[in-house]
This record gives sequence, structure tokens and C-alpha cells, in this order.
Amino acid sequence: MRNALKPIAIVAALVMSHGTAVAQSTADDIAKYREMIADGNPSELFEMEGEELWKTPRGPMKATLEKCDLGMGPGVVKGASARMPRFFKDTGRVQDLESRLLTCMQTLQGIDPKLVIDGKFNSGERKTMAALVAYVVTHSKGDKVRVDMTNPQMKELYALGERAFYYRTGPMDFSCATCHGEDGKRIRLQDLPNLTKHEGAAAGWGSWPAYRVSNSQFWTMQHRLNDCFRQQRTAEPIYASDVTIALSVYMAAKANGGEVMTPGLKR
Amino acid sequence: MNRILIAPLALAVAVLSIPAHATSPEELDIRARQMMKDSFKDHGIAKTYRMLQLDFQQACSQAKPPSADVMKQIEAEQMKTIKWPADGKYFGDWKEGEKIAISGRGLTWTDKAGAENGGGCYNCHQLSHHEISYGTIGPSLLEYGKVRGNSDEIVKYTWGKLWNAKAYNACSNMPRNGDAGILTEDQIRHLMAYLFDPASPVNKR
Repeated sequence: MRNALKPIAIVAALVMSHGTAVAQSTADDIAKYREMIADGNPSELFEMEGEELWKTPRGPMKATLEKCDLGMGPGVVKGASARMPRFFKDTGRVQDLESRLLTCMQTLQGIDPKLVIDGKFNSGERKTMAALVAYVVTHSKGDKVRVDMTNPQMKELYALGERAFYYRTGPMDFSCATCHGEDGKRIRLQDLPNLTKHEGAAAGWGSWPAYRVSNSQFWTMQHRLNDCFRQQRTAEPIYASDVTIALSVYMAAKANGGEVMTPGLKR
Repeated sequence: MNRILIAPLALAVAVLSIPAHATSPEELDIRARQMMKDSFKDHGIAKTYRMLQLDFQQACSQAKPPSADVMKQIEAEQMKTIKWPADGKYFGDWKEGEKIAISGRGLTWTDKAGAENGGGCYNCHQLSHHEISYGTIGPSLLEYGKVRGNSDEIVKYTWGKLWNAKAYNACSNMPRNGDAGILTEDQIRHLMAYLFDPASPVNKR
């Protein structure tokens, strides 16, 4: 009787573990793929395009972005995105990388921010923005996330970002926390970082913007947040609106001290 | 000269920027709610009215759940929204149910008005013996009917849970499929069959 049961138990154990095993191997395969192309992340093409755009006179004022101040002084790109979002005295606002680039494009080049704000991802000035972002974030790779949480405006935006993170609404009652509030969760086979803790926030915030293998696109943080809200079934967040800056401050603050791995490489 | 130029500029910056004094939690709550209205725009079927919270959504929008009393009150109110099958017919076709469980489509700004929504069940739950691409936000429902049987009590509970999960857990992560009009009554019947039918791959290996 005992002997007869044994094989059944083994088969049952195998079948029970089957789903987990496949899920695990899929995650392993993605990790292997990441390793394989780590030396040649396709986002390099976007970085090169962005560098070119940074140095090319554009817009009504036919100027380059070489005097753009990302917080480290005019033209300094190295380490800049690791310290963003940050408060800028000249605009009197906390800005993320993309809203700051909008300011530079407007003041230096005379390019209307509406072209980006009302544009579409992967086309026109938003495509230009993505390339510029790829260029800038590459120059913080290996740095540590270092956002200044002693600044009072940053503190306020953190508090607003936290409220936005837990804000449940829409036909499916979702908030950011529905998917990103617990450790070790997945949607289908996709691992979800817990953005309420340092480890998860460092993994998430630290690896976006990123190149997405599934659609060969380079996604900025504004693009990433936009698609999160689409899946949450909310209305569409306005590009560079307060909620996007507040959530970025919330994530960056949680990630503070973690490694910047941008541009990341995603499924 | 410099002063004259700078003064109005400084004033403009002060008016536009966020006040630097410490803001009370209540003020921040109000500002956050305003931000959730102002930062969004209509896109396709996803309109800005979706940013306005229902009372229970607001009560469940903190890191910690509300008090037990508030939870109970929400659950009692949500229980009233459940529409029980008028003809007493709880089960449809498990094969249709599987399609609904797999589909995660519907209600985003890239979906069309009037298109049939999916249940998105596999985004969060393990269900069948065969589908290995499942999420883990919700509990595993593998062998749901086989393990729980099909007493009136469990059948009724499951219908209610599918229709409005908040009736049983005020701040549940699960959408109110029936109450919020995500799924039709017939679609819920098909999901019931998928969960309970002995021939369904949820129960049969």
C-alpha cells in the first residue's frame, strides 16, 4: 500500500510544482537574455541619437541644449538624472528629467512644450524627448539615486505622491498599491516590484527609463507611468503633470541610495 | 535697476510655487484630491470622472485598511448591490468561462466603447491545471470546486464574490465585476461553471 502510493505522491509533487517551475524558468530566461545583451543594450541607438540631438541647433532659436541646466550647472549631464526629481530655483518647481528638459527646450530653443505635452509617444517631439532622456540617463548609470529629501518642496511632493500611490478609483477600484504594494507578487508571469519599500523602489525606479524588448521601444518614466494608469483604467495622466512628478518623487525617495541601472532592459 | 526687475519676478515665483511652510495632513489630503482631478484628461472611453472616488474607494486609499467598524459598514452596503440570478441559474458554460478568465481586455483608453470585457482572472489567480501564466496577487483557485464542493452556501458566496468582492472584504484588491458593470450576468454564470464544473480544467487534470 505504502509503495503503491509513493509514485503517485511523486507525480503529484511534480505536477504541483510544474507551474512554478515554468514560471521560474521564464524569469531565468529573461535574466539570461539580459546578461547576453548587457554589453550591447539596444538603447545605445537611442542614446546616440539623443547625444546628437543634444548638440544639434534646433527650434525657432536654432540653439543646442548644451547650456541646459539639469541641476548640476549648465551643460552638465553626468550624474544629473540620479539626483532628479529636484527643486529648481529658476522655475520655482520640483521637476523630473522630462519636465526639466521641456524647460530647456522652451527657454534655449524656443520649442513649445505643448508639442510634447499634447503629443503621442514614439512620434514627433515626444520621440525626440525619449532619445534625449536615453542620452542623459546613461550618464548616471552606476551612480546612486540621490534625491534631496531635505528640501521642503520635495517633502510636500513626497506626501502628495504617497497619497496618489494609494488613491483607488475608476471602474476597477485600482491604485498603484494594488499591484505594487506587496513583496513577491506577479501579474501573469511578470514580477512586480514592491514600490513601498526601498528594495522594490530601487529595483523599479533604478531600472527605468528602459528599452523594451517586446516592442523595440525606449520608454521614459513618463511613458511608464502613463501605461500603468492605462492598465489601472483611470483617465490619462497629462504629460509632466503634478501627479507624475509627485509619484516620481515618492519612488525616487524610497529608492534613495540604490543603484542607478539606467537605461534598463525590459521584457 | 536690478531690484525693480527682480521684484515682480520673485513675486510671480512665490505665487506659483508650492508654499514652503509645513502643510497639515488634512490640507495635503485636499491638495492630493485636487491633483488627482487636475492631472488627468479624457482619452477615449477613459473619462476624467473616473478620477472621482466612491466613498469606499476613499476609505480604502491608505497604506492601512480602515477600522473594523468602517470595514463592516462598507461590506454591508456593498452586499446590497449584489444581483442574484433571478431564475436561480448559477452556472453557464465552463468553456466560455475559460475565455473570460484568460482575457484581460476592456475599459482602458485603448479599448473601444461597447466591446466585451474580459475578467482578467489570470492576471491575479492560478485557476486551471494547464495555464501556467498566472499572477499571484490573489489566492490560487486551482481545483476550486473540487476542494470546496457545491453546497448552496459556497455557490452563493462565490456568485456574490464575483459580483462584488467588496461585500466580503471592504478593501479587497478584486474588482466589483457585476456591480461596476465589468462583466454581464451571463459572463459571471460562465465563470461560475469554470470554477465549479467537474469537467472544467480548474477541477479536472
